[in-house]
Amino acid sequence: MGLIWTMIAKRLGLGLLTLFVISVIIFSATELLPGDFAKAILGQSATEETLAAFRKEIGLDLPAYQRYFNWLGGAIQGDFGTSLSGNKRPVADLIATRLGNTLFLALYAAAIAVPLSLVLGILAALYRNSIFDRAANAAALTSISFPEFFVAYILIFVLAQSGLFPSMTRMDADTTLGEGLYRAFLPALTLTLVVTAHMMRMTRAAIINLLASPYIEMARLKGINPMRVILKHALPNALAPIITVIALNLAYLITGVVVVEVVFVYPGLGQLMVDSVAKRDFPVVQAVALIFAAAYVLLNLTADVLSTLSNPRLIHRK
Amino acid sequence: MSLLITLFWIAVVVAGALALGWVFRTAVIALSRGNLRKAMRTAPLTAAFGMFIILLYILVAVFAPVIAPFAEREVVGGQFLPWEAPHIFGTDNLGRDMFTRLVYGARNTVGIAFMTTALAFFIGSILGLLAATVGGWLDQILSRVVDILMAIPSLIFSLLLLTIFGTSVITLILVIAVIDSTRVFRLARSVAQNIVVMDYIEAAKLRGEGLWRLITREILPNAMAPLVAEFGLRFCFVFLAISALSFLGVGIQPPTADWGSMVRENAALITFGDVTPLLPAGAIALLTVAVNFVVDWMLHRASGLKE
Amino acid sequence: MSNFTNGTGGLSRRGLLKGATALGAAGLILPASVRKAMAEPKRGGVLRIALASGNTTDSLDPATWDSTFVQSFNTARCNTLTEIAPDGTLVGELAESWEASADAVTWTFKIREGVTFHSGKAMTVDDVVASINYHRGEESKSAAKPYVDPITDIKADGQNVVITLSGGNADFPFILADYHLVVLPSADGKIDVTTTDGTGAYVLDSFEPGVSVKMSRNPNYFKSDRAWFDGIDALSIVDAAARQNALITGEVDVIDGVDLNTVSLLERAPGIKVLPVTGNQHFVFPMDTRLSPYDNNNIRQALKYGLDRDELVEKILRGFGSAGNDHPIGRGQRYFNTELEQKTYDPDKAKFYLKEAGMDSISVQLSAADAAFSGAVDSAVLYAERAAAAGINIEVVREPSDGYWDNVWMKKPFCASYWGGRPTEDLMFSVAYSAGAPWNDSFWDHARFNELLVSARSELDDDKRRQMYWEMQDICANEGGVVIPMFASYVNAHSDKVGVPEVIGTNQGLDGLRLYERWWFA
Repeated sequence: MGLIWTMIAKRLGLGLLTLFVISVIIFSATELLPGDFAKAILGQSATEETLAAFRKEIGLDLPAYQRYFNWLGGAIQGDFGTSLSGNKRPVADLIATRLGNTLFLALYAAAIAVPLSLVLGILAALYRNSIFDRAANAAALTSISFPEFFVAYILIFVLAQSGLFPSMTRMDADTTLGEGLYRAFLPALTLTLVVTAHMMRMTRAAIINLLASPYIEMARLKGINPMRVILKHALPNALAPIITVIALNLAYLITGVVVVEVVFVYPGLGQLMVDSVAKRDFPVVQAVALIFAAAYVLLNLTADVLSTLSNPRLIHRK
Repeated sequence: MSLLITLFWIAVVVAGALALGWVFRTAVIALSRGNLRKAMRTAPLTAAFGMFIILLYILVAVFAPVIAPFAEREVVGGQFLPWEAPHIFGTDNLGRDMFTRLVYGARNTVGIAFMTTALAFFIGSILGLLAATVGGWLDQILSRVVDILMAIPSLIFSLLLLTIFGTSVITLILVIAVIDSTRVFRLARSVAQNIVVMDYIEAAKLRGEGLWRLITREILPNAMAPLVAEFGLRFCFVFLAISALSFLGVGIQPPTADWGSMVRENAALITFGDVTPLLPAGAIALLTVAVNFVVDWMLHRASGLKE
Repeated sequence: MSNFTNGTGGLSRRGLLKGATALGAAGLILPASVRKAMAEPKRGGVLRIALASGNTTDSLDPATWDSTFVQSFNTARCNTLTEIAPDGTLVGELAESWEASADAVTWTFKIREGVTFHSGKAMTVDDVVASINYHRGEESKSAAKPYVDPITDIKADGQNVVITLSGGNADFPFILADYHLVVLPSADGKIDVTTTDGTGAYVLDSFEPGVSVKMSRNPNYFKSDRAWFDGIDALSIVDAAARQNALITGEVDVIDGVDLNTVSLLERAPGIKVLPVTGNQHFVFPMDTRLSPYDNNNIRQALKYGLDRDELVEKILRGFGSAGNDHPIGRGQRYFNTELEQKTYDPDKAKFYLKEAGMDSISVQLSAADAAFSGAVDSAVLYAERAAAAGINIEVVREPSDGYWDNVWMKKPFCASYWGGRPTEDLMFSVAYSAGAPWNDSFWDHARFNELLVSARSELDDDKRRQMYWEMQDICANEGGVVIPMFASYVNAHSDKVGVPEVIGTNQGLDGLRLYERWWFA
């Protein structure tokens, strides 16, 4: 077990390094993009002199490396600065409620999608090549091959225009949990349809991949019922790829749902990130990118720890 | 009642598809020899149907100019004309023939998606297997680099890269492939990690097998199944990526027809119950299902299960 | 479907130089006969509206109001000195009346008394001076800076504000109706740009940038027959389909930026009315006239004749607009040249001009992105299809929307762009067509045109002025460097529960940005 703790500590350290490198990458990328905040905000109607005045006001006239280190200095002390926009809102403020919304939606979708895809995947492996297997597969594949916004529009057409669910997801501070679950049902369902196929197919594939192994043959020859063979014998050894794929999809639910946010008018982080990139509001871009990255690093770490735990050979690797 | 009617139609479509698969399988068995013939005999109807669809798409893509009644970019009449001759699927928002656009879309979209996925798998699986086999510092470096790349949301990252490097088809393929290859790397590495600790790999190492041989002969065959399954999905993710990018305004250059952009352009119609956007979306879905049916079959064969 | 256009009535010399309103501006805006015909407005209800714009970087600083979302709610929160009435004439708002010196250089505005901010502070002449000064000077980052740059001096004089310009400008009071130039409370000659205070019809309750804004009616509003809604709940919904769904499912009452692809289907939805408003917004393809081949007017003419304007109006605008004539003056404006021949699609003429330039065919690149205007890429594709018949091979280059204004506009020699239109001919021409103007996107320099522009600005004789502007439109259309295919209407939609005035402002979207105070629940 000690090995696991060492691994976690090491990975957390590396995670911090990852975050640092990402902040450099994101900063350079926003620098490489044409235009800057001043130009983006003042838009088509800005002259050189107004731009210069504005840049000076928000500190964009400093050289890039200096701005980066100023930002880094603050970030290390937990101060992510203020948005460049005229409100001068602290980034932490700006992000707080949206982060909550994003996590809420991600957890909601995951709570439906993960059990669903595991069950479907195991059943598909158990009844492989049956009508059920093919139908579940075809349905999942069809839903995954429609773009997210298209799935969303179809759900709106079917479920919102009949008045069953709201077509917009407004989240206020005083929204109760039950209400939130009701309002966010359509976006959560859209995301479920988008991620289920991937996890389900990986579960099925990983289990089937093991079914030809001698120890499974042995178990079957002993006459253990097929469900038990899969759950007790195959599944534990198939966990690594399944966990990896679940972690990837959870990360996606947190970081990649901007399109669903747009369609359902859901105030999450993705929309904030795209807006801020478009306006080159780099303190916000940095902060959101780091949150996304941190979510990814942590999920990944969890996946690796679980994978390692699921395979004793890895723990005792020489 | 309407549910029953829907179920009836679904049953009809499924039966039709299976019948097509059967006809195709019988035809291939009759026309072919040797290994292919042997393989086809064992192919389930779904796989036969999948192969038929893939073949059909390839033919349509290759012979697009012959099949399409109009030129790809030609404006042939009013916009959104109804589905009647000479425009069997009507016209699009600019008055171009929808059927023609779909046919050309096969050529452009499938070509781009295939190249992108193949490139992503080439890069991703080689590096992933290498990292798992060699381990140590190489694994550390590659994994960290991939971690960093993956930790940046892919849609936003590709948007940034395309904005910086321009939006020609080549850049589009490279950007999506590189970003996708990180996902392949993760999977390949995690699968291979479970394999490299097996005793037979130890044995092969002790036998003095070289790295390349170790990877291609000992590890890859056993890691193939999940990778192939992933290929089937990644392939259709490319359509979605292009579609999402055209949502953000950096898709394929007009007037080139591609299904991803065609779905985007017409998507809003579906909220009024108009089925036009289902055509390109359905074309993507059908291909995805077909590819994955074939992949399932190959997976089944690779697993060595005899049932 | 009826299109609203503003009147073409000219202003008399006296009208140009003097303006006055009594309290109750609406009574002046509409003749009594028109008012009687309308459903009587009444108070009550919270208006829920979904707008296509709005961004998480939006702020309360008037220098940065760049989208309809911020412009409209801030116009409800604050007031300007003058107001452009729905029929296009100018009336007073915080200024009761104004008067110019004979050369139109010095302007005196009499500021309304007894107006208070939401906080209870009385609005003073000093607030007015400080608010306008905020946009002036070297340090200003305001988008309205070019408008107020000609002001050389501004000072309070009792209840009057006296403004001196660097040169005569008969249209100056129109400039003060610009949405940036709102009056905010000041201290020591400076306004606080983060304040939520204002004198307007609605009090700001909450503002979540890029998401929503909530407002409630100002009980002390100085206009008694405005501000019918009890409150405003405005949402930013960027996705067009989502916006339409919100209206169809009854979650909002009004939307702007109706998706023209599906407008015919929306019109059929029960209880929903589509409301197109003809304005001065127009879409343009500027050419860099300094560069070959666009430095040759024959080539420019060929490109102008190779475009099927009617097809674009039909297919891109779904008929919600009109064909442009390569000059930026809208049909509803005072000095629109009614005798100028309308250019139509004519491949033979295009070929003729190509031949004049010594060519049989020509290949050019046209850069476009939907950031320029909705449907820009499609417009370029249609342009290319039609121009091919005249031997003009246009290669459409789709540019990324992100960074379009930095990377493409005024950088690529031939690209797509748009203008929201300006309330006066002088402003429109000065901003985008006068030599050396920062946004002269065709880099055009025409001696006669520039000379006319300056003399028309201070010309007080209406007939002479008209003549000059007519000639300028002619020059612009036949020698200018901008292809203007179409004027696009603002297309909004609303539920039939919403009461809409007979005459709707056309100078900006959303009833001249004043929908919140002019509309009501029927």
